[in-house]
Formats: sequence, structure tokens, C-alpha cells
Amino acid sequence: MSDASLPARPQRVAFPPNWPVRIGSAALVLYVLYASTVLDMTWARFMTGLDQGARFLSRMFPPNTAADKLGLLYSGMTESLQIAIIATAVGVLLALPLGLAAARNLAPLPLAWASRSLIVAFRTFHPVIVAILFVKAVGFGALAGMLALIVASLGFLSKLVAEAVEEMSMKQVEAVRATGASFLAVVIMAVLPQVMARFIGFSAYQLDSNLRNSALVGLVGGGGIGATLFTAFQRFDYDFVLTIVLAIIGVVMVGEIVSGFMRRLFQ
Amino acid sequence: MEASIAGSQSATGRASDRSLRIRNLCKEYRAGEPVLRDVSLAIEGHGLTAIIGPSGTGKSTLVRCINRLVEPTSGEILFRGQDLVRLSARELRLARRRIGMIFQEYNLVERLSVIENVLCGRLGYVPVWRAWLRKFPEADVERAFQLLDAVGLGAHATQRADQLSGGQRQRVGIARALMQEPDLLLADEPTSSLDPKTSVEIMELIARRAGENSIPAIVNIHNVGLARRYADRIVGMSKGEIVFDGPPQGLQDSHLLAIYGGEGWLE
Repeated sequence: MSDASLPARPQRVAFPPNWPVRIGSAALVLYVLYASTVLDMTWARFMTGLDQGARFLSRMFPPNTAADKLGLLYSGMTESLQIAIIATAVGVLLALPLGLAAARNLAPLPLAWASRSLIVAFRTFHPVIVAILFVKAVGFGALAGMLALIVASLGFLSKLVAEAVEEMSMKQVEAVRATGASFLAVVIMAVLPQVMARFIGFSAYQLDSNLRNSALVGLVGGGGIGATLFTAFQRFDYDFVLTIVLAIIGVVMVGEIVSGFMRRLFQ
Repeated sequence: MEASIAGSQSATGRASDRSLRIRNLCKEYRAGEPVLRDVSLAIEGHGLTAIIGPSGTGKSTLVRCINRLVEPTSGEILFRGQDLVRLSARELRLARRRIGMIFQEYNLVERLSVIENVLCGRLGYVPVWRAWLRKFPEADVERAFQLLDAVGLGAHATQRADQLSGGQRQRVGIARALMQEPDLLLADEPTSSLDPKTSVEIMELIARRAGENSIPAIVNIHNVGLARRYADRIVGMSKGEIVFDGPPQGLQDSHLLAIYGGEGWLE
């Protein structure tokens, strides 16, 4: 053995046990078990649920493609698309200035903190909750859904803009500043070129997510395909529900392809 | 607009305006730890002044205090009849237009084209909407092309800056600085990121352009050989103070010892 020739040395441990992680994992497993007994998550309950689910599914087939239903589907879907696109456009337009104002390396600190607080406020609640608020405030329909999605887009996009701006190279900014450029000129020639590609990527992603969420806000009175879906549920038109669900899946998939394409276009 | 490029711009009888007087300049990044200790320096309105000295000795801080990329703690910097230290934000912006700066890492806006980077040198002069729409005055665009030709990059005008090599980028940096029609050129370690051959070419270019247009240049450089070769005057700094000031021929080993300390490296 060649090892024998090496001087003896104290035993060294390459992978010391990580007790906090071990204890934490054990505690998590125990809590999950406890919580499921409390919530009546028994096998029997699960089987009844499956049973009911099967009956529900069987009532969905075949999907309803009657002309009047397709008309409803079409008008609901176009409204949803309009809601999503307008909300994204307005959100994008407003998010750029708000994001710049929230970037601590560009904006004076009081302004940055004020903008950050506003962004946090926008991001606090899920779009559905915001939509409920707007439905109460401005009444049922597309306007409420649109406003809710604008708030959601603004919260997401301006936060990402602020982060992108804070991560950009200040050297490039410094150089443009040193030419005597005004603040706006610095933003246009040194800041935007650095963050624009990412911003367009975020915007494409937000359009994608607004398409999905426009169905969601409709469920709580925000208009669009969500409203159509909600009505179909209430009238037990489960076969029409399936048609709507399939259509939403189709639109979301197309949206994902389009947004992926946009992102690649601007890498 | 002047017809010729950097050549004759304001050279007519302005030389006297181009001198720089630094008086009792101090800079402390942290209270009680001065980086610049009471530096006074007069730069005549022409010629290349090289500032040499070990890293961390305040060369960079000194140069950056002149255009206030770094805020001086106290002292005066007189240029074109103004004390740069006391200028308001707006006055500083106007003063910076006349001070071109070349950076160690070029600090080009990577995602802009070469010609856009050069035109950044005009941002202090043109209204913001022109920068936004890229509608720079014809004369500026023409001059940008001529400057690019002059630094040997005429064929690369529409290429993106991040596609260039280090030496090419620094040439763009020089063109951007000249585009400002500066009355003073600052260069902060312009060759430190370049290979020896390119370093010589870049120093040659800076010295020639500054000389031809009688723009005084202040160049931080830690390559003593390059400093000797291209400078009309050498200022040696050590620990935030000027310890040598004279023509290159006057720079003896004893001075280098005083500037850098140690001695083994001199052999």
C-alpha cells in the first residue's frame, strides 16, 4: 500500500453532516402528515372525489360546438385578447418610467423608495384580488379586468426594469455622462440600450401571462372569456366549458410561441 | 459648423483658454483617509502631461475630480474661467462638454453601434429628441464619419461596439472624446487593458490628435516607458501627493524610487 508511506494525519471529514437541514426536513415531513390528517385527506375521501370527477368529465364530452356557443366563445375570446393586449401595452408604457424611477443607481433615493413602495403595493395582491376590487369600484366588465391586468403588468415589469437598471454597467453610463449629456440623454443613449433587450423579453412574457390571467379576471367579473366560462359553469353547460377550456389552452399556447419568438428576435 | 474635422475647431486663439489650474485639491472617500493631499498643478493650454505613480495613489481620483466624476472634498479647479468644483449641476454639464475623457475599459455603450458611440460625444450639444430619434445634425454625422476614418475605423461605423477588439474600442473611445470638440482631454489609464503593441498605437494616436488640435491632454499611465516616450511633461505621484514634476528627460531612477519605492524592479 502506498498509503502506508504517508505520514499519519488526523481523520478529515469531506462532507460533515448538516444538522439544521436534517432536522428541518424531518420536521417538514411530520408537519405534512399532521396537516393532512387535520384536513381529512383520507384515501376514502380521495376515492369519492375521483368518482365525482369521473362523472363531471363524462358530462364534458363531447365538447359543445353549436354555432351559438361558438359565437359566445368568439366574442368572449376577442374581448380577453383585447384586454390582455391593451393591458400589456399600457403596462409597458408606464413600467419604463416607473422602473427607472425605482432604480437606486439612477434616481435620487427618496424617489427610488417612493417608487419601490408603489411597485410593492401593485405586487402585493394577486390579479384576481385586484380584479375583485376594480369590479367593485368600476362595475362589471372588461374595464375592471383591464385595470387589474394593468396593475399586475406594471408591478411585474417595473420591478424587473428597476432590477435590470441596477445591474447594468455604470461604466457606460459614466462615460456618456462625462460628455455633458443631460439626464434624459444619458437614459436614452446609455441606459436604454443596456436594458432594452431584457425589457422586451419581459414584456413578451407579460403578454403571455396577461393572456392567461385575462381568463382568470373574467371569473370574478372582469369580462372576457372568463365571464363566458363562469356563466357556462353556472348553467351546468359542462360540454361548453370543455370547449372554452380547450380554446383557452390553444390561445395560451399560441401566445407562448409568439412571446418566445419575440424574445428570440431581440435576444 | 466648422468645415474641417477636429482640426481647426475653435483652435483659433483659444489656446489661452485651455489651461487648467488645480489648487489645493483634496479628496477623502472616507473622512480622515485622504486620497489626494493638497494637490496643486498647473497645466498649460497644450501638450501631453503624463501622471505616473503606483496603483492606489490617487492618479485616477485626480483625473476624475477634474470633470467631477468624483466629487472633490476641497480645493479649486480653474478651467475656462470657472471653478469646476463650485459649478451647479447644469453648469457642470455645460463644462463637461468641453472635457473629453478616455477610459481604461473604453466604457463604450456595448449595444450601440460604433457611430452611435461616437455621436454620444455630441449629446451635450444636441436636443434630446435628436438623440432619441437618431436624427443627429448632418454636420455631426459627417464629422463622426471623418473621425472614425481618422482613427482607422471608417469601415466599422455600423458595427456594434461589442464586436470590436480592445484596441478598436479604445479608438472609438478616442473618437467619442474628440467628437466633443474638447478643450481638454483626460485619459484614465487608456492603455492598461491593451497589449504592448496596441498600447503604443493608442498612445501615439492620443498624442497626435491632441498635438494637432493643440488640446492639452492629461494621461494617467503606469507604463513609465510610454510616459517617457509620448509625454511633454511627467508628473509623479505617491501617496496622494506630487513628488515629481518635470520633462521626461529629467526623470531619473532616483525619482522613480521616490515615486514607486523599492528598488529591485528598476534593474
